[in-house]
Amino acid sequence: MSSTATLTATTEGDRLALAATGAWTAERAAELEEIIDDAAQRYEAARTVDIDLAKLDRLDTFGAWLIERLKRALTAQGSTARIIGLSDTDRGLIEEVRLVNRTALPETGGENNRVLVALDGIGRTMAGIGWSLVLLAHLLGALSMVVVGTLAHPSRLRLTSIVHHLERVGWRAVPIIALSTFLIGAILAQQGIFRFRAFGAEVYVIDMVSVLVLREVGVLIVCVMVAGRSGSAYTAELGSMKMREEIDALRTMGFDPVEVLVLPRIVALVIALPLLTFLGSMAALYGAGLVCWLYGGMTPDIFLERLREAIWLPTFAVGMIKAPFMALTIGLVACVEGFNVEGSAASLGLRTTSSVVKSIFMVIVLDGLFAMFFAAIGM
Amino acid sequence: MNNEAVISVRDLVVGFGATPVLDHVTLDIFRGEILGFVGSSGAGKSVLMRTIIGLLPKRAGTIEVFGTDLADLQSELERRAIERRWGVLFQQGALFSSLTVRQNIQFPIRERLKLSPRLMDEIALAKLEMVGLDAGVREKFPAELSGGMVKRVALARALALDPEIVFLDEPTSGLDPIGAAEFDELIRTLQRTLGLSVFMVTHDLDSLHAVCDRIAVLVDGRVIAAGPIESMIASQHPWLNAYFRGKRGRQVEHLVHH
Repeated sequence: MSSTATLTATTEGDRLALAATGAWTAERAAELEEIIDDAAQRYEAARTVDIDLAKLDRLDTFGAWLIERLKRALTAQGSTARIIGLSDTDRGLIEEVRLVNRTALPETGGENNRVLVALDGIGRTMAGIGWSLVLLAHLLGALSMVVVGTLAHPSRLRLTSIVHHLERVGWRAVPIIALSTFLIGAILAQQGIFRFRAFGAEVYVIDMVSVLVLREVGVLIVCVMVAGRSGSAYTAELGSMKMREEIDALRTMGFDPVEVLVLPRIVALVIALPLLTFLGSMAALYGAGLVCWLYGGMTPDIFLERLREAIWLPTFAVGMIKAPFMALTIGLVACVEGFNVEGSAASLGLRTTSSVVKSIFMVIVLDGLFAMFFAAIGM
Repeated sequence: MNNEAVISVRDLVVGFGATPVLDHVTLDIFRGEILGFVGSSGAGKSVLMRTIIGLLPKRAGTIEVFGTDLADLQSELERRAIERRWGVLFQQGALFSSLTVRQNIQFPIRERLKLSPRLMDEIALAKLEMVGLDAGVREKFPAELSGGMVKRVALARALALDPEIVFLDEPTSGLDPIGAAEFDELIRTLQRTLGLSVFMVTHDLDSLHAVCDRIAVLVDGRVIAAGPIESMIASQHPWLNAYFRGKRGRQVEHLVHH
């Protein structure tokens, strides 16, 4: 094992003998490559070269290939090179490598104009965004068809599956959502009190927090949590089912993947998200109330009194109306991304990331549209 | 073939939960042989393979590879030195799905050796051609390959560092008979040219007949017989009878006799 690999040259007349000694194996491949490149250069002028392998200790594919490469290099320079002193064990290997790497590799990655590459990238990204909107519309259409079909035949609704998903995306999300919205409410109240104190308007913090939480923050925080928690799970599940041909299997058995996989997931999300939004809003108000009491010195009586004056039913309704639409968006984006997963693990990761990013982005866009709509109808 | 055992397993016990899957298994794999390992589905063939290569923990017994007890290895470095000397072909190929064929084969080389990019490309291509694939597939991703090609690329990756032992987990499963026969032939050729010792878990009676020097049989968690195929067919053990002389086995027996 410890013997070093060498190539020693002896000249006899116009015949050059290159004797390889030691272990020509993978561990020494790096130094051997230098040796053979060096030899090919140095003995450029040699007419006949014998590569003698009789003194080799060990030979593997790496060594055999390098000897073959040396032979080819010498031949290309006009020498007649041959391999002598082959042992029986090494003969097969040398024969084998003689056949490989015969086809010249086409050069990959030619000179490309950087501006063109950048434009190409932008173009592809835009086309990708357009295509993903088309797919979203496609799935929405397919889902609507399935919903109509299910309304006509309610027995086709997969109740067990819906309940199962409801537990996962709804019930199990309760602790984390309650905790995060509680903290958000508390932080909003604390910041409000701290700033409003300068004007002596601390009591208006309750107005600010309650309107903010009920109209916007409650539903948005819940959507972000659900997109990260359940949207990503939907994408990963559907994606790995696609990778293992499970979706194709469903289709060949005469089932519609949208009906079997997408509908229960989205229905569960559409039911769960308003409930979680309500819960989250209450937790946020509770957090705000606690901070107002402990930090702002407003008793719960004052808090509730102020709350009653600050909000009316539409304030609450605005938040709740948005929730099912946002659930639909998150669910659709997650399922579209899941169905778009290709064969590789990297693609699954990419799609899951893009599912979360896209659904959060679309939720915010949708929130903006709702804000304009509610302003227009005076809510 | 000499009688130096490259792997020797003694009284190996492996189990999950209460029941042992492997119950005092003793088995030798000799240098330069192809050992076919058979047994009913779920008998623990893959478990033995995975225990030898260190993916599963053992409860009792010893596993010696190249004369070294794997339990005696002190450092991670020593373990890696042993691991470098074997290659594994998993049942599903286990190619890295986000790397191309070329990168898959180069992966072990890149991690273990410092070679120039040119030499690495040449070696990867040489391996690819040695397993009978065209250089044209080198930039493809595993998802774009057929089942037979995946197995060949996985074999090329297993052979990337010129190992001395190759573990094959059902190499011909999922291949058509022609593809399976070609794969057997390939294993035979590579075993001869590279001087490999091969541990092959298989169900394919044709491969057992065509390429295996010896066959070991695992029934009820024990190796009940090990020897050449003739001795398996001649045996009176009921399981061996059913396996080698059942409807599917008869054809092979027929071939052996002529």
